Amino acid sequence: MNLLVRLGLILAVICFPLTGPAACSSSDAITLNISSAASLTAALDEINHQYELNGNVRVQVNYASSGTLQTQIEQGAPVDVFISAAAKQMDTLQNKGFLINNSRRDLLNNRVVLIIPDGSSLAVDEFGDLLDSAVSKIAMGDPNFVPAGTYARAAFELLGIYEQIQPKLILGSDVRQVLNYVENGNVEAGLLYATDAALSRHVRVAAAAPDEINAQIVYPVAVINTTKHAGPAGEYIDFLFGPEARTIFEKYGFNVIDQV
Amino acid sequence: MTESYLSPLWISLQTVLTTTFITFFLGIAAARWMARYSGRYRNLIDGLFILPIVLPPTVVGFGLLVLFGKNGPLGALLSLFDTSIVFSWPATVIAAVIMSFPLMYMTSRGGFEQVDINIENAARTLGASEWKIFWTVTMPLAWPAIVSATILAFARSLGEFGATLMLAGNIPGKTTTIPVAIYFNIQSGNMDQAMVLVVIVLAISFASLAALAYWKGKARRTVPITPEAL
Repeated sequence: MNLLVRLGLILAVICFPLTGPAACSSSDAITLNISSAASLTAALDEINHQYELNGNVRVQVNYASSGTLQTQIEQGAPVDVFISAAAKQMDTLQNKGFLINNSRRDLLNNRVVLIIPDGSSLAVDEFGDLLDSAVSKIAMGDPNFVPAGTYARAAFELLGIYEQIQPKLILGSDVRQVLNYVENGNVEAGLLYATDAALSRHVRVAAAAPDEINAQIVYPVAVINTTKHAGPAGEYIDFLFGPEARTIFEKYGFNVIDQV
Repeated sequence: MTESYLSPLWISLQTVLTTTFITFFLGIAAARWMARYSGRYRNLIDGLFILPIVLPPTVVGFGLLVLFGKNGPLGALLSLFDTSIVFSWPATVIAAVIMSFPLMYMTSRGGFEQVDINIENAARTLGASEWKIFWTVTMPLAWPAIVSATILAFARSLGEFGATLMLAGNIPGKTTTIPVAIYFNIQSGNMDQAMVLVVIVLAISFASLAALAYWKGKARRTVPITPEAL
């Protein structure tokens, strides 16, 4: 049983740094729990770093898909602020009474763009050009559950060409897959968010979706009503709308929506 | 920066070692019990024990979330003590224990079923207590299977993703394990960081396979107790 004793000792040593200090230091400083759409990871990390320098509120973010975050909040996960990548998840939570009244605001705007591989000789500079027979495969997220795909379909429907485009569509399970297809030239064109296209140097933005569609692409933010820190949570949201955060959001390709 | 860059490695190591430790005992206890149990509910219990590897991990994660959520039975119980499991480090361990348990249980049960009951009975006629028989007769004979089971459980918890993401979330520096970090790094285009973590996981996996081969070789050469020795 020597082995077991040794294992136990190893465990005790390894686990100490984790449980020890955490148990001692959690009492005074406020920690805000943010649940944010994963597409904001880089921007929000940078903003939170700024925020923590400004005051004594600590910020801890859980990044995942908006649908997963919604499920976790519905099951009573400890969340103070939710930033969703689409109105749908926020609407559901609002209807079920999970939000603090009047705390919901539209934070960011994104755009759906049409991308082609860098160096492609294809003459595509608007969505209608995809009808050309030179374009045989177009990648986009599955419109049933990938928000960028839902908006792409809406754009095609608005232009009245969805029926003709449909046989050419290759549906990806997430935006990253769409980007990979285009980068590697497996498809002639792809549709995703401007912020995702900005991640790759191997694709070129050829066109943007109509303004009517892009105006619908908003990232709402709200305070969850089980929070014990409603005040700090509201101040944090104010900070997201402030000039410092705006600069960082815009660096990553988002538009901060002006408050009326 | 380098600290947060490698934080998934430390979190994963702590999670995986704690998980393997817990799963080791849970799995062996369940396996030993079921190996000799022949009651009416045998198939039902067996089915429940292996359920986590039949279901998609996200579904298991959702089940755990419901159970440990504020409205769930365990979550309500914990909230009486003002604690919550969801989004905490222990949640990574709970998810990994549930997901690695079936492998530990099934593999070591196979080992226990191979043990000739007559050898145990021989020890009984010599007056050994059940506890002593288990540790000095049954365990050594089943040891190769138990080593395999432990390595499998270790590997499964190292790769655990779906249930962990649901129950523990993806909170960098707190609950972001290596598989979760790899997924989100790829999603956000940080291929370099993802590759570093992939190489680390591969290194750990090969090291544990090497350990398995070494232990098994050792176990074969020096079987601690043979029928002749009794």
